[in-house]
Amino acid sequence: MADLEVDVVAADRRVWRGAARMVSAPAADGDIGILPGHTPLLAILKAGDVRIQANDGASVTLRVDEGFLSVDEDRVTVVVQTAVEPSGDARGGRAR
Amino acid sequence: MAGKQRYYRQRIRSTQALKKIFRAMELMAASRIAKARASVEAAGPYSRAITRAVSAVAAHADVDHPLTRERPETNRTAVLLVTADRGMAGAYSASVIREGERLIRDLTEQGQEVKLYVTGRRAVSYYTFRRRELAGSWTGFSDAPTPEVAAEIASTLLDAFLTDPSEGGVGQLHVVYTHFVNMVTQTPRVIRMLPLEVVDAAPEEQTPEPVPLYEFEPSADVVLDALLPQYVRSRIHAFLLQAAASELAARQQAMHTATQNAEDLIRNFTRLANQARQSEITQEISEIVSGADALAS
Repeated sequence: MADLEVDVVAADRRVWRGAARMVSAPAADGDIGILPGHTPLLAILKAGDVRIQANDGASVTLRVDEGFLSVDEDRVTVVVQTAVEPSGDARGGRAR
Repeated sequence: MAGKQRYYRQRIRSTQALKKIFRAMELMAASRIAKARASVEAAGPYSRAITRAVSAVAAHADVDHPLTRERPETNRTAVLLVTADRGMAGAYSASVIREGERLIRDLTEQGQEVKLYVTGRRAVSYYTFRRRELAGSWTGFSDAPTPEVAAEIASTLLDAFLTDPSEGGVGQLHVVYTHFVNMVTQTPRVIRMLPLEVVDAAPEEQTPEPVPLYEFEPSADVVLDALLPQYVRSRIHAFLLQAAASELAARQQAMHTATQNAEDLIRNFTRLANQARQSEITQEISEIVSGADALAS
């Protein structure tokens, strides 16, 4: 099956982009998982962790605050005010 | 006679000192503008995604939301002016204020009562000097606005818009900011932000494929409720970023002109000083010669 094209954008920059096998996100009434072939969806997110199973086997976790998620023909866009990697590496925090 | 020379030397020194300041400001603006333009670019994906989502919801459901509703029952209007914290940017702040004043005049003629919100110290000092009342002001970030300030401004303005008219709520929100066209051109723009016109919200770039029928989680209304304030926030952030880039470009240009002007002045004064020295020497010689002549005869 095709892969998901994932974009995670924060208010001031793009945080993550790439191909993925699965995305799970904290929707307003419970976590949802997105697999390829998901029906078009617009969901409100609450603060929590977005987990992305990247295509190269890596697993990315991003801590986000409120925002929303849209799925459209295997294109997943996670739109949030801020997103940081909890491990706190160089990509965390705000681009200055 | 020597007084004239001294005067010119003094003027040259002070102009040189000014030139150093202008030059430093120019270089600072030049180095910051790249960053400001990069943040305009970096905020692009977010505002595109949010605009797309808003138009998707709008296409799906009948949009009836407090933020999109006209409010004819109040005659108060909020105006947000985006100006600079510092001067030395030519007519940058002045033209935003001029554009804002024109808008305020038009609105007043239509019987609207204007509540003024401003960002940037220049506008704050302009209006406090004229003893005009400000409903709200924000300063200290004009050349590098963060999403946090944008969120704060947006929430203040949204509160004002959603307040009941009988308690001082406003019926419209206009934003005056400077649009960054390119490095040489920045134009002040007036945008009517609220009530939102969702139909027009679909921006320049039309998606070729039709917007798919989305499922909404938890429901279309809730999604719209959450989206619209974020949309307003992202638009205001975009305005602030545009204004920051424009401010720096305007400053760089103004300071470049000022530096050149200072160089011209220095050149002129140097010529005048040389002339003064020359004529002083000539006069001294002619005094000595005529003195010697008087002794010889």
